Amino acid sequence: MIELPILRWGRPYQSVDRVVVPHVRTREPFVAMSQANHGLIRRDLLRQAEPRARLQAMPAADLVAAAHRAAEAFLHDTLPLGGSGTQSPQDYVEQVSATTGMPWASVRRNMAKVHGVLSRVEEVLAGLTRGLDLAVLDSGIGTADGRMLSFFARADALGVVLPSNSPGVHSLWAPATVLKMPLVLKPGSAEPWTPLRIIQAYVKAGVPAEVFGYYPTDHAGGNEILRSCGRGMVFGAVASTKRWKAAPRVEVHGPGYSKIVIGPDAADDWERHIDMMAESIANNGGRSCVNASGIWVTTHADRVAEALAARLAQVTPRAADDPDAVLAPFADPATAHRISATIDQDLRPAEGGDTRAARDVSAAARGGERVVSTHGGTYLLPTVVRCDADHPLANREFLFPYASVVQVPADQLPDCLGPSLVVTCVSDDPRFRARFVASRHVDRLNVGAIPTTQIGWDQPHEGNLFEHLYARRAIQRLA
Amino acid sequence: MPAAPAPAAAELSRARAALDRWVRELMAWHFGPDTGSPFWLDWAARAGWDPRREVRAYDDLDRFGPFQDEWLRGGDARRWVPKGYAGRPVYVFETGGSTGVPKSRINIDDFRIDYATFSDTLPDAHFPKGADWLEIGPSGPRRLRLAIEHLAQHRGGICYMVDLDPRWVITLIKRGDIEMVELYKRHVIDQALTLLKAHDTIKCLFTTPRLLEALCERISLRKAGITGVFCGGTEMTPQFHRFAVEELMEGAYFAPTYGNTLMGLAGHKPPEPGDHWAVIYYPPAPRAMIEVVDPDDPTRVVEYGATGRVRLTTLTKEFFMPRFLERDECERERPCARYPWDGVRNVRPFSRFQQAVVEGVY
Repeated sequence: MIELPILRWGRPYQSVDRVVVPHVRTREPFVAMSQANHGLIRRDLLRQAEPRARLQAMPAADLVAAAHRAAEAFLHDTLPLGGSGTQSPQDYVEQVSATTGMPWASVRRNMAKVHGVLSRVEEVLAGLTRGLDLAVLDSGIGTADGRMLSFFARADALGVVLPSNSPGVHSLWAPATVLKMPLVLKPGSAEPWTPLRIIQAYVKAGVPAEVFGYYPTDHAGGNEILRSCGRGMVFGAVASTKRWKAAPRVEVHGPGYSKIVIGPDAADDWERHIDMMAESIANNGGRSCVNASGIWVTTHADRVAEALAARLAQVTPRAADDPDAVLAPFADPATAHRISATIDQDLRPAEGGDTRAARDVSAAARGGERVVSTHGGTYLLPTVVRCDADHPLANREFLFPYASVVQVPADQLPDCLGPSLVVTCVSDDPRFRARFVASRHVDRLNVGAIPTTQIGWDQPHEGNLFEHLYARRAIQRLA
Repeated sequence: MPAAPAPAAAELSRARAALDRWVRELMAWHFGPDTGSPFWLDWAARAGWDPRREVRAYDDLDRFGPFQDEWLRGGDARRWVPKGYAGRPVYVFETGGSTGVPKSRINIDDFRIDYATFSDTLPDAHFPKGADWLEIGPSGPRRLRLAIEHLAQHRGGICYMVDLDPRWVITLIKRGDIEMVELYKRHVIDQALTLLKAHDTIKCLFTTPRLLEALCERISLRKAGITGVFCGGTEMTPQFHRFAVEELMEGAYFAPTYGNTLMGLAGHKPPEPGDHWAVIYYPPAPRAMIEVVDPDDPTRVVEYGATGRVRLTTLTKEFFMPRFLERDECERERPCARYPWDGVRNVRPFSRFQQAVVEGVY
C-alpha cells in the first residue's frame, strides 16, 4: 500500500492517524494518508512569515522560470511522493484513477491542464493582473504607463481546502507560488495525488520545499487552515462551505450550476448545438463545476431534451484504460444509489396537488436503470430531465453527466437562471446578449456556441487569484 | 497489539472474585429497604425479582437490561439518594445539557474517592506532592471543578481555576461562529497565563486537549514550570497523544484520562512503543466497569481488539448504574499487570451517520 505523509513546511511527517482509501474498482486498500491533527496544523501555521520571507527573496522572474520547469516535471518526470516512494507520470494517472474512478484519458487531459497553467503562467498572471510586470512584486513598487504602483501581500500564506472531483481544478491555485505566496493545502480525501505532485514538481524546479504545507486532515483541520491563513480558498458542497460565505478573505468554490442558453434568435437552430451541449455536460465525466447542468431554451425544449438524451446515451461505461472512456465509477456505490434515489424522489409529483412536471427523458434512451455496475465499478448513466423552471430538478448539479432542459419566456432570461459559474449564451441578438453581460448572476460568460468546459487561461475564473492575494496601495514619493 | 506484561491467571481470578463480591455487597445495599434509593427500590418492586437473591456475580447484572438515559434527566434527584445516606449533604453533577435537560447524578463522597484513588496513578516526580495546580476547564454544574480541586488538595496543593463553559462553546460551534470560539478560547487562555505568571508554585495542570494546544501556542510549559499535565474531557486520538508528548510537553508528564460524571475516572496506561500511541484506559474497578459491546447486540462483549460500543456499569454505594450504553466506541483492550481487568483503547464518539446526498460536484 502506498503511504502519503504530511508535509510540514516541506518536512515529511508520518502521522499515527491514517486514513486508508481503497481502490475504486478492487476495493482493496490502495493508499494510506497520514492525517494531521488540529493542534499540529495550528502549531505549524504560527510560522507562516518564514516561508513567505523565503519566497519574497526570490525574484518573480526566477519563479516564473521555476514554474516552467515545474510544468515539465509535473508532466514528464518521476517525482518523490513525499515519503519513501516515487511516482512516474503513468503511476500518477493510474493512482488518480484508482481513488477517484476517473478514466486514464480524463486524468491525462487534466494533467495537460495543470501543465498548461504552469507552462504559461506569465500569460495566466497577465490575465489576472491586466498585464502588470511581475517584477513589481519583488520590491512592492513599480510603474505602469508612467504611473507609480505599489502592491502588498494580504497574507503570509494561502490556505486551500481542495476537492476530489477533478485534477484540473488545481490549476486555480497553482500559480500562487509564482505570486510569492506559501501554500497550505488540505487535499481532497480521494484525490491527494495532484496537489502533492504539483508541490514535488515545484521543489524539483528549485522552489524551496519549506514554502509548502500539505495537510491531509478532517473537516475541522481544513477549517483551521482557512482560519489560520490570511487568505483562503475552499472547494466543497454548499453545506460544508457556507460558513465561509461571509468571509471575504476566503474564496468559496461551490457548485457551478453552469448553463447553456439558446436565445430566441437561435432557437430553431438548436440541432446544430447538440454536440456542444453534450460536450458541456459530459466532458470530464460531468465532474467539473464548469460542466453544464442546465439547458435553458425559449422553445423546442422537448425536442432538445429528446435529442440530447439520445446523444448522451452513447456515453457508456468503459474500462479505465479505454481511451474513449468518459464516465467515472463512484468510489462508494452507495453514493451513486443515493444520488439516483434523490433524482427519482424529485421526479415523483409531490403530494398536495403539486403539478410541476418533470420527466427523465434519458430513461427511454438508455433502456435500463440509471445506476449500473460494470467494469468493476458502479456508474450513474447520463441523465437529461425535462422540467419547468421552478421544479426542484431545474437547477441541480451532481457528480455525473446530468442536465435539466428548461423552457422559459425569453424576457425572463437571464434573471431566472440564478447564480451560474459559466453561462454559454448562444445568440446573435445584441440586446439579448447585453442582458447577460449586465447580469450579476453570470460569473463567466461565453458568447457564442463555446462549450462551458472550454477555459481561457487569460481570464480570471471564479475569482481573481492575484486580487485575492495582493492589494494595491496609494503611493507617492519625492522625485 | 501491545506487548504489555499480562497479569497472571491468579491475579485475574482475584480481581474477578473481588468484583463479584462487591456486586453482592452493593445489591444488598441498593435493594435493602433501609439503605436503597427510592428509585431502585421502586424498580425492584415493579420488576418482580429480588436482585439481592438473584444477582450473585457481575455477569448477573445483565438481568437489569440497559440502563435508560432518560431516567437521569429531570425529576427529583432525591429519588437516587440511598436511604443509607439520609441526611448527608448531596451534590448534583450534570453531564450533557447543551440542548435539553442534562443528565444528573447525585454525589456525596464519590468524587473524592474517585480522585483520591486516581491520585495513586500519577507519578510524584512529575506531579509533586505539595505543588499547586491550575485547572483550565469546565466548572459550573460539572463535578470536574470540585474533583480536580480535591485531587490537588489530596496531594497537598492548592488548585487555581479558570472556567470554561462548554455549552456556550457548543452553541457557538453550532452557529458556525468559529471566530467567537477563538475569541472565547483566547479569553480563557489569557486568564490562565495571568495565573501562571502570578503563581510560580503551580507545577501541575489539568485541561482539555484543545485548551492544552491553545496554551502551548502562547507559552512553553517548561518555561512556565509545568512538570505534569493531566488531560481529558474530550476525545483524544493517538496522533494527539503523540503530538502532545513529542511537541507540547517539553519533558512534562502527560496523563490522559477518560471519565465522566456517570462513571468516574479511568486511569491511563503509560504508553509503550508497541502501543503506537494508542490511548488506553482502565476503569476504576470494582467501582466502575467499562465493557466494549456489539452495537447490534449490546449484551454481547466483543473479542479483544475488536471495535464496539462502550458500556458502563457504575458500582458505588452512592450510585448504581448497570449496563449504560455510552455515546462512544473503542477497541476492547486486554487486562495488564497494573489493571487485571478489561480496558478500552482509543475511545471516540460513536456514530452511525446517515450520509446525505452531496449537492454539487465537489
